[in-house]
Amino acid sequence: MTPLVEVSGLRVTATNDRGAETDIVRDIGFTVARGEVLALIGESGSGKTTIALSLLGYARRGCRIADGGIRVGGADVRALAPAELARLRGGQVAYVAQSAAAAFNPSQRLMDQVIEGVRMRGLMSRANAEAKARDLFRALALPEPDRIGARFPHQVSGGQLQRLMAAMALMTDPDLVVFDEPTTALDVTTQVEVLRAFREAVRERKTTAIYVSHDLAVVAQVADRIVVLRDGAIQEIGATAQILSGPADPYTQSLLAAHAPKPQPPAAPRDVAVAPLLEVRGLVAGYGATWQGRPAAPVLHDVDLEIRAGSALGVIGESGSGKSTLARVIAGLLPATSGMMRLDGERLAPALASRGREELRRIQIVFQAADTALNPAHSVERILSRPLAFYHGLSRSEQRRRVRRLLDLVRLPASLLDRLPTELSGGQKTRVNLARALAAEPALLLCDEVTASLDTVVGAAILDLLAELRSELGLALMFISHDLKTVRAVCDEVMVLYAGQVMERGTGQAVMQAPQHPYADLLAASVPELRPGWLDSIDETRLAEARSRFSFPGSPDLCAFISRCAARAPGLCDAAPPPIRRFAKGSDIRCHRTEQELVALQSKHGSVSAAILPLKRVVKRAL
Amino acid sequence: MSAAAPITAPRRRIPAAVQIGIALVLFWATLAAFGPYLAPYSAGYVVNAGPFAPMSTAYPLGTDYLGRDMLSRILHGARYTVGVALLATVLACLAGTTLGLLAAVRRGWIDALISRAADALISIPHLMFALVVVAAFGTSLPVLVLMAAVSYVPGSFRISRALALDINAMDFIQVARARGEGTAYILREEILPNMLFPVMTDLGLRFVFVVLLLSGLSFLGLGIQPPNADWGALVRENIVGIYEAAPAVVVPAVAIAILTIGITLLIDGLSGSNHEIVR
Repeated sequence: MTPLVEVSGLRVTATNDRGAETDIVRDIGFTVARGEVLALIGESGSGKTTIALSLLGYARRGCRIADGGIRVGGADVRALAPAELARLRGGQVAYVAQSAAAAFNPSQRLMDQVIEGVRMRGLMSRANAEAKARDLFRALALPEPDRIGARFPHQVSGGQLQRLMAAMALMTDPDLVVFDEPTTALDVTTQVEVLRAFREAVRERKTTAIYVSHDLAVVAQVADRIVVLRDGAIQEIGATAQILSGPADPYTQSLLAAHAPKPQPPAAPRDVAVAPLLEVRGLVAGYGATWQGRPAAPVLHDVDLEIRAGSALGVIGESGSGKSTLARVIAGLLPATSGMMRLDGERLAPALASRGREELRRIQIVFQAADTALNPAHSVERILSRPLAFYHGLSRSEQRRRVRRLLDLVRLPASLLDRLPTELSGGQKTRVNLARALAAEPALLLCDEVTASLDTVVGAAILDLLAELRSELGLALMFISHDLKTVRAVCDEVMVLYAGQVMERGTGQAVMQAPQHPYADLLAASVPELRPGWLDSIDETRLAEARSRFSFPGSPDLCAFISRCAARAPGLCDAAPPPIRRFAKGSDIRCHRTEQELVALQSKHGSVSAAILPLKRVVKRAL
Repeated sequence: MSAAAPITAPRRRIPAAVQIGIALVLFWATLAAFGPYLAPYSAGYVVNAGPFAPMSTAYPLGTDYLGRDMLSRILHGARYTVGVALLATVLACLAGTTLGLLAAVRRGWIDALISRAADALISIPHLMFALVVVAAFGTSLPVLVLMAAVSYVPGSFRISRALALDINAMDFIQVARARGEGTAYILREEILPNMLFPVMTDLGLRFVFVVLLLSGLSFLGLGIQPPNADWGALVRENIVGIYEAAPAVVVPAVAIAILTIGITLLIDGLSGSNHEIVR
């Protein structure tokens, strides 16, 4: 049988400002058999999306398919006339984009948008199309499949919107579906349910699919074969199991190594006698006017934490859990409604305006989006000089010397001094962002998702840098991330935040160990693992937790996780505020369930640490 | 791909329409600055060609209703048309931008107060406002400049407030706040440089409106008073010449049109090609 997709000698070029053509992908050749799922994996700039789009006969603005053959189902895509191409796209070949939120029209009902493609082609009557769409909604495990179509895009969650877009793509029973990073923008728990739904739908229909991703662990769950790309060229093609267990190419090996569980940093000895650098007690904060001691839109409830000098505290949680708000409150950008903060034993005022310059200098915040955190009108030199002049009152020549030292510290060449932020790459921006905070010589660095938007390899380099700075400068870190793996690698203490409540807090090792708070357990279980079949091994209780959404428990004192928790005790969890208990493993857990109860519950669906073991073996072989 | 960002973007070719715009604006700016020195005659000198003379080599633009050289009248008038309008526009934009920045950064009652005042002022048609002001305070130059400036402050205020609000919400402003920077520093160093380009574009556009407002006022006889005359007043003076097909009535109107079109072309080019040209 001839393969459905045949690509050979594909070359796509881009024209730059000077009018010169450069290859963005070259010499690409692969085939996809009917019913097969092929993954294209690589970092940003590796050309994976460019290749995926060429299967639709499309090249982005300024790009051109220069050479090569693209055959889908026997048709030569490059030879098709515009009208035939239009029939191919969304007909035989469908596309699921990364950001469903940007792909839907906010002012039209979902059903109308999902069936638009088949209606436009006159393939089905409206009633038939809607019936088919409802079947697809059901197959993709969307809630209320008969009614969800009447909603508008803003009335469903991000994960649901992503599945609705897959439904749109599957409406015409396409021969080939191109998934372009469809779960990258989602929380881990949402990613699990979306991945499950995608895979079931693709399997059931025996759809042929191309899955584009930068995440090897995600790809391991869905793909039959993997194409590893780098700088526009294929590094390796192989069956998923072969790529994961015995990669031949050094680049693939380095990708696998980046997934390896890093050795835990040794927990700094808890010296109770020394006052912590930062101590926070009973912090309540939110937005809007304060009424009866509570903000109108509360975000953080009763948060306690302490960070000792030179240590690193990881804060993890899904989006909306209040992680970034916590950093803003500590930095003074959002004054706390109530609660107490102490820096080195000295009381820290909630509002910026009432803090002294020295206090401000000692706490520096590094924002998530380096793009918006650097003033586009200022050069790198100016960005880095300002804190030096502001806090340390250095002379011009002294500033210039220190700016060079700072660039050196974050491994950037001095040639970047005159560049504007728009002329830097993502990794370079993050480094400048970091260097600016370091210029103040802070005691505590608040890092808000600093590696979230970076590629695995670049992100790993930033993490190494942070670890080095910690040991060299004795810097304390508060490291905010949604990524458990990252936090595990960087932090000696971890705090799990859900809807503004601290669910579990303890040393990194303790928090990762069973038994965990039910939410921490869910988070840990939702992080994709490299072994194929991981997605199937997630049991139904966890899946139900991942699928459900936060709903307000009725009182801010009750456990916020109650609506999703599989271990909830009716009559107890919805009646009384949960106690905070120190478990034998050494972490504080906010839950009504006792240690024994949680052990019993979690052993039923297998502990997380047991699942990590085979992975270690794989990685060892890869290295 | 992002790593390959060019260090210096190559100068893009300036589109023809923008080149024309630049040429026209430079042309009128020169006339406004040096017009009186370039003019063959003084503004009030009556040449011996009679009233409403047609174009000729001696008097390239003909003569006006009193027999004065039109070329000299236009050159002298340029200073009023361009100068007064420019002064009024710059005043309006300075005040509008300052108020906009203040409102965006302070918010609260200051923002509410300025915004509502701007709403009130913007609800009065410019020409009606001008007529009332002229009726109350006369037609002296300072009154005309201030009147035009005041009536265009709300527009400039609204644009700079919206721009500053957007920029104020960016993380780099938060970083500056967290560093402990004062409001003045944040306004001057962090926000202003990022809104300069759209504010300059707005200034150009507003200048066109001010030229039209002042010319209109002069055409009604309520602007610059004789013996001085801007281009609007020149059209009014020579209006009867329309029956004799004299160039005197058309020339100042064409001058106004060329000036405003030139500026519009320039702005279109600037905002269309983003920042490439200003770099």
